[in-house]
Amino acid sequence: MTRRSDYELAALAELAVGPPRSLGALLWRRFLEHRGAVASLVVLILLGLLALAAPLAEAALGLDATRVDLFGLKQPPSAEHPLGTDELGRDLLLRLLYGGRVSLSVGLAAALCAAVIGTVIGLLAGYYGGWLDGLLMRLTDGVIALPLLPLLIVLAAIDLTKIGLPEDIATSENMSLYRIVILIALVGWTTVARLVRGATLSLKAREFVRAAEALGAGHARIMLVHILPNAVSPIIVATTLSVGNIILLESVLSFLGLGIQPPIPSWGNMLTGAQELIWDTPALAIYPGLLIFATVIAFNFLGDGLQDALDPRAVK
Amino acid sequence: MLTYIAQRLTESAVVLLIMSFVIYGLIGLMPGDPIDIMVSSDPNMTPEDAARLRALYGLDRPIFERYLSWLGAALQGDFGFSRLHRRPVLEVLLPRLGNTALLMGLAFLLALALALPAGVAAALRPRGPADTAINLFAFAGISLPPFWLAILLIILFAVTLGWLPAGGMAPSGAGLGVQVQHLLLPIATLTLATIGGIVRFVRAATMEALRQDYVRTARAKGLDERQVVFGHVLRNAMIPVVTILALNFGALFSGALITETMFGYLGMGKAIYDAILGNDFNLALVGLLLATLTTLLANLLADLCYTWLDPRISYR
Repeated sequence: MTRRSDYELAALAELAVGPPRSLGALLWRRFLEHRGAVASLVVLILLGLLALAAPLAEAALGLDATRVDLFGLKQPPSAEHPLGTDELGRDLLLRLLYGGRVSLSVGLAAALCAAVIGTVIGLLAGYYGGWLDGLLMRLTDGVIALPLLPLLIVLAAIDLTKIGLPEDIATSENMSLYRIVILIALVGWTTVARLVRGATLSLKAREFVRAAEALGAGHARIMLVHILPNAVSPIIVATTLSVGNIILLESVLSFLGLGIQPPIPSWGNMLTGAQELIWDTPALAIYPGLLIFATVIAFNFLGDGLQDALDPRAVK
Repeated sequence: MLTYIAQRLTESAVVLLIMSFVIYGLIGLMPGDPIDIMVSSDPNMTPEDAARLRALYGLDRPIFERYLSWLGAALQGDFGFSRLHRRPVLEVLLPRLGNTALLMGLAFLLALALALPAGVAAALRPRGPADTAINLFAFAGISLPPFWLAILLIILFAVTLGWLPAGGMAPSGAGLGVQVQHLLLPIATLTLATIGGIVRFVRAATMEALRQDYVRTARAKGLDERQVVFGHVLRNAMIPVVTILALNFGALFSGALITETMFGYLGMGKAIYDAILGNDFNLALVGLLLATLTTLLANLLADLCYTWLDPRISYR
């Protein structure tokens, strides 16, 4: 028999008075009530599909996204280049689509890594308590309070060969992608950790956990089989809400020249040169930022909607 | 109370000491070292000469030893020279600290002055038209990439309308009007980047306070709504708000770094960013430590605010 979390129990209680429905259908219906979240989901799916279709668009336009054309710099929109070209004559639309692939996948990957770190720290702190809890929560508070951006800039500037990475790996083209995912995951886990710790604290006093202890289950089994599945709802909400922040952080670092390195396009590094271009071609400075804004606000609305759907105590 | 402050100050000093070692180590991992920079200016240097120079300046010693000698000098007030500015580090940083304090202080006060009434108004009529509008604005605020916001403001007010300078500091000796002109866009950027988060905290905290029993009691005994809101709700809602604001100090500093970089505003954030990019190791180290110190002190100040806001808490 599976056990239900508080959230699910409350949803089931709602089920008991209404017409028969499955739990998933009920959560889905509650999610649909949040119009902003539904619209955001549609926007995100569209953005994801567009990013995935970048090679198709490339083929359809008969262009190469990476081809520099010094005779066609900063061209206005035309049939050949639907959004015009950038300061190196590359097609802006294609670069936006490829940049979207990078920004979205880095955002999702970093959010997932951060969620794993946060879940482990939250579970350990909440389950064992005592000095370990004190230490881990001090660490969490410290990471939240620190001025993160300057520290991230130092971390992003580190010479990887000095920490023993082989030269060819440290300078490979995709290294900036892995590096930014790791860096952001290292600072982005705090919200998940606090929520999981809170959920663990209340779950470990529940009867089914006591029963498992009495039956001789080990600590690892209790944490992974009995507590973790019941803490899934807050993890999902916190992770969704963190994706937006993480995409923002990635764009800031890439914009400052310390995140994703050209020639790989990301929405952030496409804006790096834009500050000089606003006098003659403001479009180059507007489109990438608009896409970052749309993506981040969509993830924030989605997280808000999930919270309303999964958390019965949310005020209506 | 005094014992508590003394204890917290000791804690902060320990954290600062640990951070100084961590940052010292990280900066040692950045590409190049001071000798590389010296060597690059003299084409006749052989690798053996470089090694002799390293030994002369002690750069061949283990990192902990080097850190201790840096710490020894720092404790006597010698923080070294800035490579970029060719002046003692503190002489560079102290005026910058003042500029940043002005920018952050004004932006923070402005954000607070707008966010408090907006958040409370939204919470008093949840789901009403005002709440919907304020919520939308707050979501937009937390989802805007701050550097892109700065670009948009520059496009609008400096490029299109030509009302305000696109960046830079007012020349020394300029009148108050010119100084204000140079401050307006940076302050607007930092305020808009901060305000959304504060509105959401205030709204959530006010709604939580409105749900408490003492509010029902206050209404039941016939107080009018104004007295209920100002006397009972607000005072209690402010306690969590102060915590969040203090925890957000680090984020505010990160926002200031972006704002200063975008507008060429000579503050701490820009000093740190330029120092890291320009291999100015001494300046980067002390700048990061000053930023950490201010954050720790802001947190301490917030904790002391509690006793004033909430007499139930006493530090014994």
